Amino acid sequence: MARDTLTGSRIRERRSIAGLRQADLARQVGISASYLNLIEHNRRRIGGKLLVDIAQVLGVEPSMLTEGAEAALIATLREAAAGAGAPSHEADRVDEFAGRFPAWAEVLAWAHRRVGSLERTVETLSDRLTHDPHLAASLHEVLSTAAAIHSTASILAETGELEAEWRDRFHKNLNQDSQRLAESSKALVTYLDESQEGGDDPRGVPQEEVEALFASRGHHFEELEGGGTDIEGLIAGAPGLTSAAARQVAQVTLGIYARDAQAMPLTEFRAALAQSGLDPVALAAQFQTDLPSVLRRIATLPEGVGGAEAGLVVCDASGSILYRKAIPGFALPRHGDSCPLWPLFTALNRPLVPIRRRVSQLGRTAAEFDCMAVAVPQFMPDFDHDPVYRAFMLILPASGTEESRQDVQPVGSSCRVCPRGTCGARREPSILSEGF
Amino acid sequence: MSRHVLLVEDEPNITEAIRFLLMRDGWTVDAHSDGADAVDIICAARPDLVILDVMLPGKSGMEILRDLREIDELRAMPVLMLTARGQSRDRDMAEKAGVSRFMTKPFSNAEVLTAVRDLHAQATQS
Repeated sequence: MARDTLTGSRIRERRSIAGLRQADLARQVGISASYLNLIEHNRRRIGGKLLVDIAQVLGVEPSMLTEGAEAALIATLREAAAGAGAPSHEADRVDEFAGRFPAWAEVLAWAHRRVGSLERTVETLSDRLTHDPHLAASLHEVLSTAAAIHSTASILAETGELEAEWRDRFHKNLNQDSQRLAESSKALVTYLDESQEGGDDPRGVPQEEVEALFASRGHHFEELEGGGTDIEGLIAGAPGLTSAAARQVAQVTLGIYARDAQAMPLTEFRAALAQSGLDPVALAAQFQTDLPSVLRRIATLPEGVGGAEAGLVVCDASGSILYRKAIPGFALPRHGDSCPLWPLFTALNRPLVPIRRRVSQLGRTAAEFDCMAVAVPQFMPDFDHDPVYRAFMLILPASGTEESRQDVQPVGSSCRVCPRGTCGARREPSILSEGF
Repeated sequence: MSRHVLLVEDEPNITEAIRFLLMRDGWTVDAHSDGADAVDIICAARPDLVILDVMLPGKSGMEILRDLREIDELRAMPVLMLTARGQSRDRDMAEKAGVSRFMTKPFSNAEVLTAVRDLHAQATQS
């Protein structure tokens, strides 16, 4: 079947698991029970805000209700298999596993993501212990003082006959060092507390917390539309932002959203889109803004584009993914390196040049997507300073007639789970037997 | 037989404790607290053994050790290194630089005494 024709069946399945009646779910999302019945029997297509609302009531990611979710699940399971060194003949049966045991597959995928997240936390803390000069100096101070106390106390305890002059001197040293140890320990604890509570040194994985906030809201914030600017209130109402660093990243990301919303008000933007079609350059000219802002705005439209969801990926000059809005069927690795063939990275190599490519991500469905990407300087260019670029890529389900189709560029998600046999950009062998 | 130790350590109370321990064991102990001119001091003093802290003002113990190993006459001099950083890579780095023994803080007095006696015995036998 086509990739989205079973979305209704999945909604029905999830509703049953949640113990909800059709009428209850319909009422909660503001549609009639008969319309939900048509959706559940795959007689009506569903997407955009309604899909997000239903997913929210059912307590699942919207992508879980579409076939794209399965593609993402499959990609995650393949990553898990790669990480655990599963034999390729077993890894190749991941589709069968996910199909026969969907709930267990989700458990495994969740565990894999959790492990990845915890590993990153450990790396962050290890790196901090190694490279944080304040922490290193504090620990050195504590250990040196402890060494002096230990050594001096041992002399006093173990030396039988000790001259009065030496004994008095060691007692004095012990007193000094114990005071110093108390102070340095207190300073160390204060430093760690501050960096956890309000400091600028992240201890968790802030981008993932922000990503979860955006995903939970369908990447659309009604509060910031129509001139709304209460970012502080929005952050205060997001318990998932647990660290100061996550709140800081959210502040910046939501600030960008608010500016985009202000520059391209929803009603006018929809009208312009309906009138001139999906032409980001024309839209940028019309709203007197830049191309990345338009790509971001398109990706966060609640109803999607032409009834279909739009994805977005943003990376910095190192290729690190800063923002991900997933789209069904296009797997975006959570951790590790992405496919270097993505137009996102082509754009990084050709700054300021808008890149449009039709791509096909190899996998079970081999769905095609239209990608539009551009890289722009992160800050105002200046003499004697090399520019640092940031790249943006909008991902849309492929559309258009056969005649207008461009050549389709096959891409992957990441090398380890990519089945392409011959690829000049490959970094490491695939775990899939047909891949290497 | 000469038994002369030069202790390069910027922590005065550690210096005092080690000085006491070694003096009771019959060693002559000189101490220096600055890394910047430590190599010159060691060259001039020519002790039988050097106890060297890693984190020193002016110049790190690791740099001092590398410099010492560049000097022909001091290439075989026993060097006991003391550090609060006990990670394996720090140990590897010290071994590559030519350390004779590597000890992490906090250490026990008995450990220091045993290490100094062993290193000196090995040096005099060879």
